[in-house]
Amino acid sequence: MRAWDEFTKGFWRENPIFRLVLGLCPTLAVTTSAENGLAMGLATTFVLICSNAVISSMRKFIPKKVRIPAYIVAIATFVTIVDLVMNGYFHALHKSLGLFIPLIVVNCIILGRAEAFASKNPIGLAIVDGFGMGFGFTISLMVIGAIREIIGNGTIFSVSIFGDGYVPLLLMILPPGAFIVLGVLLGLMNKAEIAMAERSGRQPIIRKEHDCASCAIHTKWFDFSAKEEPTSE
Amino acid sequence: MKEIFRLCFVLTIITAVSAGVLAYVNQQTAEPIARALLEEKMSAVRNVLPPYDNEPEKIEIVLAPEDTLEVYRGLKDGTVTGAAFAIVAPDGYSGDIEFMIGVDGEGVMQGLMILKHLETPGLGAKIESEDFRGQYRGKSLENPELWEVTKDGGTFIPITGATISSRAITRASAKGLKLFQEHKAEIFAEGEVQE
Repeated sequence: MRAWDEFTKGFWRENPIFRLVLGLCPTLAVTTSAENGLAMGLATTFVLICSNAVISSMRKFIPKKVRIPAYIVAIATFVTIVDLVMNGYFHALHKSLGLFIPLIVVNCIILGRAEAFASKNPIGLAIVDGFGMGFGFTISLMVIGAIREIIGNGTIFSVSIFGDGYVPLLLMILPPGAFIVLGVLLGLMNKAEIAMAERSGRQPIIRKEHDCASCAIHTKWFDFSAKEEPTSE
Repeated sequence: MKEIFRLCFVLTIITAVSAGVLAYVNQQTAEPIARALLEEKMSAVRNVLPPYDNEPEKIEIVLAPEDTLEVYRGLKDGTVTGAAFAIVAPDGYSGDIEFMIGVDGEGVMQGLMILKHLETPGLGAKIESEDFRGQYRGKSLENPELWEVTKDGGTFIPITGATISSRAITRASAKGLKLFQEHKAEIFAEGEVQE
Protein backbone atom coordinates (compact mmCIF):
# COMPACT_ATOMS: atom_id res chain seq x y z
CA MET A 1 0.00 0.00 0.00
CA ARG A 2 2.98 2.28 -0.53
CA ALA A 3 1.24 4.23 -3.31
CA TRP A 4 -1.86 4.86 -1.17
CA ASP A 5 0.41 6.12 1.60
CA GLU A 6 2.18 8.50 -0.75
CA PHE A 7 -1.17 9.75 -1.99
CA THR A 8 -2.77 10.44 1.38
CA LYS A 9 0.22 12.01 3.07
CA GLY A 10 -0.44 15.31 1.27
CA PHE A 11 -3.79 15.71 3.01
CA TRP A 12 -2.69 15.53 6.63
CA ARG A 13 0.68 14.10 7.59
CA GLU A 14 2.71 16.16 5.14
CA ASN A 15 0.15 18.73 4.05
CA PRO A 16 2.18 21.24 2.03
CA ILE A 17 0.71 24.31 3.70
CA PHE A 18 -0.07 23.28 7.25
CA ARG A 19 2.69 20.74 7.85
CA LEU A 20 5.55 21.61 5.53
CA VAL A 21 4.57 25.29 5.59
CA LEU A 22 5.68 25.65 1.97
CA GLY A 23 4.29 27.66 -0.92
CA LEU A 24 2.95 30.42 1.28
CA CYS A 25 3.25 33.13 -1.38
CA PRO A 26 0.32 31.88 -3.51
CA THR A 27 -1.44 30.73 -0.34
CA LEU A 28 -1.55 34.23 1.04
CA ALA A 29 -1.98 36.05 -2.27
CA VAL A 30 -4.74 34.23 -4.17
CA THR A 31 -7.05 32.95 -1.43
CA THR A 32 -9.40 35.92 -1.54
CA SER A 33 -12.18 33.59 -2.68
CA ALA A 34 -12.84 29.86 -2.71
CA GLU A 35 -12.92 29.86 -6.50
CA ASN A 36 -9.50 31.50 -6.86
CA GLY A 37 -8.04 29.06 -4.35
CA LEU A 38 -9.48 26.07 -6.19
CA ALA A 39 -8.27 27.22 -9.62
CA MET A 40 -4.78 28.08 -8.40
CA GLY A 41 -4.59 24.74 -6.61
CA LEU A 42 -5.56 22.81 -9.74
CA ALA A 43 -3.07 24.69 -11.94
CA THR A 44 -0.33 23.97 -9.41
CA THR A 45 -1.38 20.31 -9.20
CA PHE A 46 -1.06 19.94 -12.96
CA VAL A 47 2.44 21.42 -12.99
CA LEU A 48 3.42 19.35 -9.97
CA ILE A 49 2.32 16.06 -11.55
CA CYS A 50 4.09 16.81 -14.86
CA SER A 51 7.31 18.05 -13.28
CA ASN A 52 7.39 15.09 -10.87
CA ALA A 53 6.94 12.67 -13.75
CA VAL A 54 9.64 14.23 -15.93
CA ILE A 55 12.14 14.73 -13.14
CA SER A 56 11.64 11.20 -11.88
CA SER A 57 12.16 9.75 -15.37
CA MET A 58 15.35 11.76 -15.82
CA ARG A 59 16.69 11.21 -12.32
CA LYS A 60 19.52 8.92 -13.44
CA PHE A 61 20.50 11.21 -16.28
CA ILE A 62 20.79 14.49 -14.35
CA PRO A 63 24.11 14.92 -12.53
CA LYS A 64 23.73 15.93 -8.90
CA LYS A 65 25.68 19.15 -9.31
CA VAL A 66 23.34 20.69 -11.87
CA ARG A 67 20.09 19.19 -10.64
CA ILE A 68 18.56 22.43 -9.34
CA PRO A 69 18.89 24.35 -12.67
CA ALA A 70 17.69 21.26 -14.50
CA TYR A 71 14.59 21.03 -12.26
CA ILE A 72 13.88 24.73 -12.64
CA VAL A 73 14.04 24.47 -16.44
CA ALA A 74 11.64 21.50 -16.43
CA ILE A 75 9.22 23.26 -14.07
CA ALA A 76 9.37 26.57 -15.96
CA THR A 77 8.66 24.73 -19.21
CA PHE A 78 5.46 23.20 -17.83
CA VAL A 79 4.32 26.47 -16.30
CA THR A 80 4.80 28.23 -19.64
CA ILE A 81 2.82 25.50 -21.39
CA VAL A 82 -0.04 25.89 -18.88
CA ASP A 83 0.10 29.65 -19.35
CA LEU A 84 -0.04 29.49 -23.16
CA VAL A 85 -2.68 26.78 -23.42
CA MET A 86 -4.89 28.45 -20.82
CA ASN A 87 -4.55 31.79 -22.60
CA GLY A 88 -5.53 30.31 -25.94
CA TYR A 89 -8.31 27.92 -24.96
CA PHE A 90 -9.60 29.05 -21.54
CA HIS A 91 -9.26 32.76 -21.96
CA ALA A 92 -11.71 33.80 -19.23
CA LEU A 93 -10.02 31.64 -16.63
CA HIS A 94 -6.63 32.90 -17.72
CA LYS A 95 -7.83 36.44 -17.24
CA SER A 96 -8.79 35.94 -13.62
CA LEU A 97 -5.68 33.91 -12.73
CA GLY A 98 -3.20 35.26 -15.25
CA LEU A 99 -1.07 37.12 -12.79
CA PHE A 100 -0.46 34.08 -10.62
CA ILE A 101 0.31 31.45 -13.22
CA PRO A 102 3.95 32.49 -13.78
CA LEU A 103 4.34 32.51 -10.00
CA ILE A 104 3.90 28.73 -9.94
CA VAL A 105 7.53 28.49 -11.07
CA VAL A 106 8.73 29.83 -7.76
CA ASN A 107 6.28 27.82 -5.69
CA CYS A 108 8.45 25.98 -3.18
CA ILE A 109 6.22 22.92 -3.17
CA ILE A 110 7.11 22.04 -6.74
CA LEU A 111 10.87 22.34 -6.38
CA GLY A 112 10.54 20.80 -2.92
CA ARG A 113 8.78 17.69 -4.21
CA ALA A 114 11.21 17.42 -7.12
CA GLU A 115 14.12 17.49 -4.75
CA ALA A 116 12.72 15.50 -1.84
CA PHE A 117 10.71 12.91 -3.71
CA ALA A 118 10.72 12.75 -7.50
CA SER A 119 14.50 12.66 -7.77
CA LYS A 120 14.65 9.56 -5.58
CA ASN A 121 11.60 7.53 -6.56
CA PRO A 122 10.29 5.72 -9.62
CA ILE A 123 7.97 7.55 -11.96
CA GLY A 124 4.73 5.88 -10.81
CA LEU A 125 5.23 6.85 -7.17
CA ALA A 126 6.37 10.33 -8.21
CA ILE A 127 3.10 10.88 -10.09
CA VAL A 128 1.06 9.61 -7.13
CA ASP A 129 3.03 11.96 -4.89
CA GLY A 130 2.22 14.81 -7.27
CA PHE A 131 -1.49 13.99 -7.12
CA GLY A 132 -1.53 13.71 -3.33
CA MET A 133 0.49 16.83 -2.65
CA GLY A 134 -1.38 18.77 -5.31
CA PHE A 135 -4.80 17.87 -3.94
CA GLY A 136 -3.66 18.55 -0.38
CA PHE A 137 -2.51 21.97 -1.56
CA THR A 138 -5.72 22.59 -3.50
CA ILE A 139 -7.99 21.67 -0.59
CA SER A 140 -5.98 23.82 1.81
CA LEU A 141 -6.13 26.82 -0.54
CA MET A 142 -9.85 26.30 -1.05
CA VAL A 143 -10.57 26.11 2.69
CA ILE A 144 -8.60 29.29 3.39
CA GLY A 145 -10.26 30.99 0.42
CA ALA A 146 -13.72 29.87 1.53
CA ILE A 147 -13.28 31.16 5.09
CA ARG A 148 -11.98 34.50 3.83
CA GLU A 149 -14.75 34.81 1.26
CA ILE A 150 -17.53 33.92 3.72
CA ILE A 151 -16.43 36.41 6.38
CA GLY A 152 -14.97 39.06 4.10
CA ASN A 153 -17.61 39.09 1.38
CA GLY A 154 -20.61 37.13 2.72
CA THR A 155 -20.49 34.70 -0.20
CA ILE A 156 -19.18 31.24 -1.03
CA PHE A 157 -18.25 30.48 -4.65
CA SER A 158 -19.87 33.86 -5.41
CA VAL A 159 -23.23 32.72 -3.98
CA SER A 160 -24.54 35.02 -1.28
CA ILE A 161 -25.25 33.18 1.97
CA PHE A 162 -26.06 35.82 4.55
CA GLY A 163 -28.34 38.02 2.45
CA ASP A 164 -28.14 41.75 1.96
CA GLY A 165 -28.13 42.65 5.64
CA TYR A 166 -24.67 41.23 6.19
CA VAL A 167 -21.90 43.77 6.52
CA PRO A 168 -18.72 42.04 5.32
CA LEU A 169 -15.57 42.25 7.38
CA LEU A 170 -13.31 43.60 4.64
CA LEU A 171 -10.16 42.89 6.61
CA MET A 172 -10.54 39.20 5.82
CA ILE A 173 -10.20 39.77 2.07
CA LEU A 174 -7.30 42.16 2.54
CA PRO A 175 -3.80 40.73 3.10
CA PRO A 176 -4.05 40.63 6.93
CA GLY A 177 -6.99 38.25 6.62
CA ALA A 178 -4.76 35.71 4.90
CA PHE A 179 -2.29 35.72 7.77
CA ILE A 180 -5.04 35.51 10.38
CA VAL A 181 -6.82 32.56 8.75
CA LEU A 182 -3.56 30.72 8.03
CA GLY A 183 -2.35 31.21 11.62
CA VAL A 184 -5.61 30.09 13.22
CA LEU A 185 -5.91 27.02 10.99
CA LEU A 186 -2.27 26.09 11.58
CA GLY A 187 -2.83 26.30 15.34
CA LEU A 188 -6.05 24.26 15.19
CA MET A 189 -4.37 21.57 13.07
CA ASN A 190 -1.49 21.30 15.51
CA LYS A 191 -3.91 21.04 18.43
CA ALA A 192 -5.90 18.34 16.66
CA GLU A 193 -2.73 16.45 15.81
CA ILE A 194 -1.54 16.52 19.43
CA ALA A 195 -4.93 15.28 20.68
CA MET A 196 -4.98 12.47 18.10
CA ALA A 197 -1.42 11.45 18.88
CA GLU A 198 -2.09 11.35 22.61
CA ARG A 199 -5.12 9.14 22.16
CA SER A 200 -3.19 6.63 20.09
CA GLY A 201 -0.02 6.97 22.14
CA ARG A 202 2.37 8.01 19.36
CA GLN A 203 4.65 10.96 18.88
CA PRO A 204 2.78 13.93 17.40
CA ILE A 205 4.23 14.98 14.04
CA ILE A 206 4.75 18.58 14.98
CA ARG A 207 7.99 20.38 14.86
CA LYS A 208 8.45 22.53 17.90
CA GLU A 209 10.64 24.85 15.92
CA HIS A 210 9.31 26.12 12.62
CA ASP A 211 12.76 26.90 11.30
CA CYS A 212 14.53 25.62 8.23
CA ALA A 213 16.64 23.03 10.04
CA SER A 214 13.61 21.18 11.36
CA CYS A 215 11.68 21.33 8.09
CA ALA A 216 10.75 18.03 6.52
CA ILE A 217 12.22 19.08 3.19
CA HIS A 218 15.52 20.07 4.72
CA THR A 219 15.99 16.82 6.59
CA LYS A 220 15.35 14.89 3.39
CA TRP A 221 17.45 17.22 1.32
CA PHE A 222 20.54 16.45 3.26
CA ASP A 223 19.75 12.79 3.62
CA PHE A 224 19.85 12.71 7.40
CA SER A 225 17.30 10.02 7.74
CA ALA A 226 14.31 10.57 5.62
CA LYS A 227 10.92 10.84 7.28
CA GLU A 228 12.25 10.91 10.82
CA GLU A 229 12.21 13.64 13.40
CA PRO A 230 15.33 15.77 13.22
CA THR A 231 17.65 14.97 16.09
CA SER A 232 17.96 17.79 18.54
CA GLU A 233 21.38 18.45 19.88
CA MET B 1 37.81 19.29 -16.24
CA LYS B 2 36.11 16.41 -17.91
CA GLU B 3 33.21 16.64 -15.50
CA ILE B 4 32.46 20.25 -16.28
CA PHE B 5 31.94 19.36 -19.94
CA ARG B 6 29.57 16.60 -18.95
CA LEU B 7 27.56 19.02 -16.77
CA CYS B 8 27.42 21.57 -19.59
CA PHE B 9 26.39 18.88 -22.03
CA VAL B 10 23.50 17.63 -19.88
CA LEU B 11 22.22 21.14 -19.14
CA THR B 12 22.47 22.10 -22.80
CA ILE B 13 20.43 19.07 -23.81
CA ILE B 14 17.76 19.80 -21.20
CA THR B 15 17.42 23.47 -22.13
CA ALA B 16 17.46 22.65 -25.86
CA VAL B 17 14.65 20.12 -25.46
CA SER B 18 12.71 22.59 -23.33
CA ALA B 19 13.20 25.34 -25.93
CA GLY B 20 12.02 23.01 -28.68
CA VAL B 21 8.89 22.00 -26.76
CA LEU B 22 8.07 25.61 -25.93
CA ALA B 23 8.62 26.77 -29.50
CA TYR B 24 6.17 24.12 -30.66
CA VAL B 25 3.53 24.96 -28.04
CA ASN B 26 3.96 28.67 -28.71
CA GLN B 27 3.45 28.14 -32.42
CA GLN B 28 0.39 25.99 -31.82
CA THR B 29 -1.23 28.43 -29.40
CA ALA B 30 -0.31 31.70 -31.14
CA GLU B 31 -3.40 31.66 -33.32
CA PRO B 32 -5.96 30.70 -30.64
CA ILE B 33 -4.49 33.35 -28.33
CA ALA B 34 -4.68 36.06 -31.01
CA ARG B 35 -8.23 34.97 -31.80
CA ALA B 36 -9.24 35.00 -28.12
CA LEU B 37 -7.75 38.47 -27.64
CA LEU B 38 -9.50 39.86 -30.70
CA GLU B 39 -12.78 38.21 -29.74
CA GLU B 40 -12.46 39.71 -26.27
CA LYS B 41 -11.92 43.18 -27.73
CA MET B 42 -14.75 42.89 -30.23
CA SER B 43 -17.17 41.60 -27.63
CA ALA B 44 -16.32 44.64 -25.50
CA VAL B 45 -16.86 46.87 -28.55
CA ARG B 46 -20.24 45.28 -29.28
CA ASN B 47 -21.20 45.68 -25.65
CA VAL B 48 -20.58 49.40 -25.38
CA LEU B 49 -21.75 50.70 -28.75
CA PRO B 50 -25.18 52.31 -29.15
CA PRO B 51 -27.54 50.38 -31.49
CA TYR B 52 -25.83 49.57 -34.79
CA ASP B 53 -26.36 47.19 -37.69
CA ASN B 54 -22.94 46.84 -39.28
CA GLU B 55 -19.86 44.94 -38.26
CA PRO B 56 -18.15 47.65 -36.16
CA GLU B 57 -15.53 49.19 -38.41
CA LYS B 58 -12.12 50.25 -37.34
CA ILE B 59 -10.72 53.70 -38.13
CA GLU B 60 -7.59 55.36 -36.86
CA ILE B 61 -7.59 58.85 -35.42
CA VAL B 62 -4.29 60.67 -35.34
CA LEU B 63 -3.82 62.21 -31.90
CA ALA B 64 -0.26 63.34 -32.37
CA PRO B 65 2.44 62.39 -34.83
CA GLU B 66 3.34 58.79 -33.87
CA ASP B 67 0.24 58.43 -31.71
CA THR B 68 -2.99 57.08 -33.07
CA LEU B 69 -6.19 55.90 -31.45
CA GLU B 70 -8.11 52.90 -32.72
CA VAL B 71 -11.79 53.76 -32.87
CA TYR B 72 -14.54 51.29 -33.69
CA ARG B 73 -17.59 52.90 -35.22
CA GLY B 74 -21.09 51.53 -35.14
CA LEU B 75 -23.32 52.44 -38.09
CA LYS B 76 -27.05 52.20 -38.43
CA ASP B 77 -28.64 52.68 -41.85
CA GLY B 78 -25.34 54.05 -43.09
CA THR B 79 -24.87 56.79 -40.50
CA VAL B 80 -22.53 56.65 -37.55
CA THR B 81 -24.40 56.17 -34.28
CA GLY B 82 -21.47 56.04 -31.96
CA ALA B 83 -17.90 55.02 -31.36
CA ALA B 84 -16.00 52.71 -29.04
CA PHE B 85 -12.37 53.03 -28.10
CA ALA B 86 -9.99 51.73 -25.47
CA ILE B 87 -8.47 53.97 -22.84
CA VAL B 88 -5.80 53.32 -20.27
CA ALA B 89 -6.02 54.52 -16.68
CA PRO B 90 -2.38 54.73 -15.62
CA ASP B 91 -3.13 55.17 -11.91
CA GLY B 92 -4.78 51.91 -10.91
CA TYR B 93 -3.95 50.34 -7.55
CA SER B 94 -1.52 47.95 -9.20
CA GLY B 95 -0.66 49.02 -12.71
CA ASP B 96 -2.60 50.17 -15.71
CA ILE B 97 -6.30 49.51 -16.13
CA GLU B 98 -7.32 49.20 -19.76
CA PHE B 99 -10.97 49.53 -20.64
CA MET B 100 -13.29 50.15 -23.56
CA ILE B 101 -15.87 52.90 -23.54
CA GLY B 102 -18.68 53.55 -25.98
CA VAL B 103 -20.04 57.01 -26.72
CA ASP B 104 -23.00 58.09 -28.84
CA GLY B 105 -23.34 61.16 -31.07
CA GLU B 106 -24.30 63.43 -28.18
CA GLY B 107 -21.23 62.46 -26.19
CA VAL B 108 -23.28 60.34 -23.79
CA MET B 109 -21.50 57.29 -22.46
CA GLN B 110 -23.15 54.03 -23.56
CA GLY B 111 -21.10 51.52 -21.68
CA LEU B 112 -17.81 50.56 -20.13
CA MET B 113 -16.03 47.21 -20.31
CA ILE B 114 -12.80 46.37 -18.54
CA LEU B 115 -10.20 44.82 -20.84
CA LYS B 116 -7.15 44.38 -18.66
CA HIS B 117 -6.29 45.07 -15.06
CA LEU B 118 -4.12 43.80 -12.23
CA GLU B 119 -6.28 45.00 -9.33
CA THR B 120 -6.60 43.01 -6.10
CA PRO B 121 -8.88 39.99 -6.56
CA GLY B 122 -12.02 40.42 -4.47
CA LEU B 123 -11.49 44.16 -4.06
CA GLY B 124 -10.31 46.33 -6.93
CA ALA B 125 -11.18 43.52 -9.32
CA LYS B 126 -14.85 44.33 -8.68
CA ILE B 127 -14.48 47.14 -11.21
CA GLU B 128 -15.59 44.40 -13.60
CA SER B 129 -18.99 44.11 -11.90
CA GLU B 130 -22.09 45.43 -13.61
CA ASP B 131 -23.06 47.33 -10.43
CA PHE B 132 -20.01 49.51 -10.79
CA ARG B 133 -19.78 49.79 -14.56
CA GLY B 134 -23.50 50.49 -14.97
CA GLN B 135 -23.16 53.83 -13.20
CA TYR B 136 -21.37 55.29 -16.19
CA ARG B 137 -24.07 54.48 -18.70
CA GLY B 138 -26.04 57.57 -19.72
CA LYS B 139 -23.59 60.05 -18.23
CA SER B 140 -22.05 62.83 -20.28
CA LEU B 141 -19.44 65.50 -19.70
CA GLU B 142 -22.06 68.18 -19.02
CA ASN B 143 -20.73 68.82 -15.54
CA PRO B 144 -17.06 67.88 -15.67
CA GLU B 145 -16.63 68.53 -11.94
CA LEU B 146 -19.05 65.69 -11.18
CA TRP B 147 -16.74 63.16 -12.86
CA GLU B 148 -15.24 62.10 -9.56
CA VAL B 149 -16.04 59.41 -7.03
CA THR B 150 -18.39 60.48 -4.22
CA LYS B 151 -15.47 60.77 -1.81
CA ASP B 152 -14.02 63.53 -4.02
CA GLY B 153 -17.36 65.28 -4.44
CA GLY B 154 -18.54 63.59 -7.63
CA THR B 155 -21.46 61.35 -8.50
CA PHE B 156 -19.84 57.94 -8.90
CA ILE B 157 -20.08 55.49 -6.03
CA PRO B 158 -16.71 53.78 -5.64
CA ILE B 159 -16.28 50.11 -4.79
CA THR B 160 -15.99 49.67 -1.05
CA GLY B 161 -12.33 49.41 -0.14
CA ALA B 162 -11.16 50.15 -3.66
CA THR B 163 -11.43 53.91 -4.00
CA ILE B 164 -8.16 54.13 -5.89
CA SER B 165 -9.28 51.75 -8.66
CA SER B 166 -12.68 53.47 -8.89
CA ARG B 167 -11.11 56.90 -9.01
CA ALA B 168 -8.68 55.85 -11.75
CA ILE B 169 -11.53 54.64 -13.95
CA THR B 170 -13.70 57.68 -13.31
CA ARG B 171 -10.96 60.15 -14.18
CA ALA B 172 -9.75 58.21 -17.21
CA SER B 173 -13.33 57.97 -18.50
CA ALA B 174 -13.72 61.73 -18.24
CA LYS B 175 -10.49 62.11 -20.16
CA GLY B 176 -11.77 59.69 -22.77
CA LEU B 177 -14.99 61.64 -23.20
CA LYS B 178 -12.96 64.81 -23.62
CA LEU B 179 -10.85 63.12 -26.23
CA PHE B 180 -14.04 62.09 -28.00
CA GLN B 181 -15.32 65.68 -28.01
CA GLU B 182 -12.08 66.92 -29.48
CA HIS B 183 -12.10 64.38 -32.30
CA LYS B 184 -15.82 64.03 -32.76
CA ALA B 185 -15.71 65.78 -36.12
CA GLU B 186 -13.17 63.31 -37.48
CA ILE B 187 -14.98 60.28 -36.13
CA PHE B 188 -18.30 61.30 -37.60
CA ALA B 189 -17.17 63.17 -40.69
CA GLU B 190 -15.63 60.16 -42.30
CA GLY B 191 -18.81 58.27 -41.61
CA GLU B 192 -20.81 60.40 -44.00
CA VAL B 193 -18.36 59.75 -46.78
CA GLN B 194 -19.02 56.07 -46.23
CA GLU B 195 -21.31 54.38 -48.72
